[in-house]
Amino acid sequence: MDDIRRPITLDPIDRQRLSEALGKGVSRRDALRMLAGLGLTASASGLLLPGDAIAQAPRRGGRVRAAGISMSASDTLDPAKGSHSTDYTRHNLFYSGLTQLDGALVPQLALAEEIHHEKAQSWTFTLRKGVRFHDGSPLTPADVVYSLNRHKNPATGSKVKTVAEQFAEVKAVGANQVLVRLATPNADLPVILAASHFLIVKDGTADFATANGTGPFTCKEFKPGVRTLAARFEGYWKPGRPYLDEVELIGIPDEPARVNALLAGDVQLALAINARSTARVKAAPGFAILETKSGLYTDLVMRQDKAPTNNPDFVLALKHLFDRDQIRSAVFRGFAVVANDQPLPPTHRYHLAGLPQRKLDLDKAKFHLKKSGFAGAPIPVVASAAAEGSIDMAVLLQQSAQKIGLGLTVNRVPGDGYWSNHWMKHALGFGNINPRPSADLLFTQFFKSDAPWNVSGWKNERFDQLLVAARAEADDAKRKAIYGDMQVMVHEQCGVGIPVFMSFVDGFSAKLKGLGSIPVGGFMGYMFAEHVWLDA
Amino acid sequence: MPEAARPPSAFRGSLAAIVLARVAVGLVTLVVVSAIIFAITSLLPGDAAQAVLGQAATPEAVAALRAKYGLDQHAVLRYLSWLAGLATGDLGRSYTADLPVAELIAGRLPKSLLLAATTAAVSVPIALTIGIASAMWRGGLLDRALNLATLSMVAVPEFLVATIAVLVFAVKLGWLSALSNAQDIASPVQFLRAYAMPVLTLCFVIIAQMARMTRAAVIDQLSASYVEMAVLKGAAPTRVALRHALPNAIGPIANAVALSVSYLLGGVVIVEAIFSYPGIATLMVDAVTNRDMPIVQGCAMIFCAGYLLLVLVADLIAIAANPRLRHR
Repeated sequence: MDDIRRPITLDPIDRQRLSEALGKGVSRRDALRMLAGLGLTASASGLLLPGDAIAQAPRRGGRVRAAGISMSASDTLDPAKGSHSTDYTRHNLFYSGLTQLDGALVPQLALAEEIHHEKAQSWTFTLRKGVRFHDGSPLTPADVVYSLNRHKNPATGSKVKTVAEQFAEVKAVGANQVLVRLATPNADLPVILAASHFLIVKDGTADFATANGTGPFTCKEFKPGVRTLAARFEGYWKPGRPYLDEVELIGIPDEPARVNALLAGDVQLALAINARSTARVKAAPGFAILETKSGLYTDLVMRQDKAPTNNPDFVLALKHLFDRDQIRSAVFRGFAVVANDQPLPPTHRYHLAGLPQRKLDLDKAKFHLKKSGFAGAPIPVVASAAAEGSIDMAVLLQQSAQKIGLGLTVNRVPGDGYWSNHWMKHALGFGNINPRPSADLLFTQFFKSDAPWNVSGWKNERFDQLLVAARAEADDAKRKAIYGDMQVMVHEQCGVGIPVFMSFVDGFSAKLKGLGSIPVGGFMGYMFAEHVWLDA
Repeated sequence: MPEAARPPSAFRGSLAAIVLARVAVGLVTLVVVSAIIFAITSLLPGDAAQAVLGQAATPEAVAALRAKYGLDQHAVLRYLSWLAGLATGDLGRSYTADLPVAELIAGRLPKSLLLAATTAAVSVPIALTIGIASAMWRGGLLDRALNLATLSMVAVPEFLVATIAVLVFAVKLGWLSALSNAQDIASPVQFLRAYAMPVLTLCFVIIAQMARMTRAAVIDQLSASYVEMAVLKGAAPTRVALRHALPNAIGPIANAVALSVSYLLGGVVIVEAIFSYPGIATLMVDAVTNRDMPIVQGCAMIFCAGYLLLVLVADLIAIAANPRLRHR
């Protein structure tokens, strides 16, 4: 039995920011000013605020135009079908979920007021009272049941169908509770439900020409491939939010055009700024860079079912050939952190800090190469613009390999069709994995022996057992220990080399206040709209 | 005129007959083009189901989507059913957007047409003036200056022109908008702010082409013996060029203009990308990336039809300007 109960007076990001600041030992006056800045009224915090603090409160009003990286006829208002950053951002404008992730990727309560579970298998969500949809109807358990169950229907075309398969039963209990019974225990359910795909739609919604959600904005206009226009929803369940009157979301696929649009003042927020452009944005007065350190990585995939990468020593040799510092500084201009051939980034709550860092070590690489007995012709490394940074990484790898007498040829292939034609299909090739909020999702999708995207084809029975054990483990400390063991296994044995974790880099106008980092992605984890305000 | 366009009947030579014959040939061309495009795009690696799913393309998910899109049918069958739909005016349904193709195109075609029309309205008069002037004073300083200018314009790639224009006029000076999102245009000033740069960039590309064709056509006529006669008769140089030579040069000029303008419909991907202009060229490029065949086919049909129409209009203009063509 375990309860997650927390009164919402501060939202997750704010709370984190405040606690960080308090942890650093700010004065009471600063703390008060910060509380005011976070939009808390005196009554909510039970404190009397000095006058100057009130003057710095978030300003209501104004319109923000944000540019994502894509925009096409396949844009959708259906959360289940969201397939890229612009979709996620759009869905977070209009819908709310049962839970919401904070800056440390810990799930916080949203539409659920209370979450209660038995052995991580039977979950009861008590719904927040007084929540209304944009059409005025109240949030009911039926809406939640419909929203969760529709993912299992193949006709929905949900992107998270495989994740939703674990919902053995979803049903309403009483007037304001929903019971989710899982096929097998999973302590990560609140994290999973925070994904934009699981945002709550109105019971029976089949037509997504417009959006009827419980989110901070109402849908004023939606034209696929052109723009999304959102207007403040006065009945939003978070009091006082959102601050902006309107948000316009567009996509500018061309990166230089996106930066130019930002610097010309046509957009106030631009997603995914190339590391090379950051100097330009920083140099322009009135603009700033938002770096979100994340679990995004481009990995070297060494197939375990093909020679010579099926030899463990050959794999270790390659892992020792990455000059991680150089990749971080030269390929990503410092907007990355060095990784250790396992997929949980240092910012993740289950990251194993004690694992010794693997470095560029030509002697060790030479030793393992010799031990592997490989002495063949140069082997190709497949790289593509589709896997960000992979071409540069392949070239750097080629250079270090040359020093120990290992011949590699860089085989550049077009980004178009890369994922269906090249990814996981070569002995040596690159892939790119977007961050997953939960360690369980990451390990299940990309490292479990029978996972369709077990990219290197690495099979380890013990790892699979630990995965299931960790999933059912509701005790956080024990879970962390299990995930630690799993990170060691991946680090030592798996055919995946992860040299660095890349940051999400966004550019924004300094007039835009309240931005923070939620390491699911850029745009504050695609949720910026309800947090930001425009300075006068 | 192509051979096939000449009907053997009694009204041979009349304008109506010419138009009818050309439309018939045009329809055949459209079908042939659609078959070629369908065949070529089938050769692209991957299909819509894989493109939609991306990293999430598990075999079962791909199979389910293929069945939903009808991609499990044989390619020839798919083509024929698309063709049958087209015959009834149905362009089909987009795979990725799950919307009728006609609706998607209808949302963007007017914008592409507006951009093309604005560009044509600006560039054609300038190009004709440049072409005629340099033909009249060929070999002179003006001709050489114009030659140099137009050649430099055509030699500079449009993405460079567009990017520099954005850097100067939008980022540095702040006069114009870096985006040409045609959503909130209410006043002529807003129109100018949004359209100035794309139109300028496109003018760079097509003015040179049209001006040089005009120059060549007019020079060709100016060296004819009837012009010599006009000069001997004592006609002023302007009159010789405009009244005597130009009407005979209108045929080739109209064709050059038609070719350039047809480029404005489908060939402006780079300009649409840099200015984030929601036109039809981007729609087609996206569709190719997504392997969304109904959209690719629909756009190809529109480009092809637009091209045929423009060439037909150019020929009609040539005939109207030069009665001799009617009786050949």
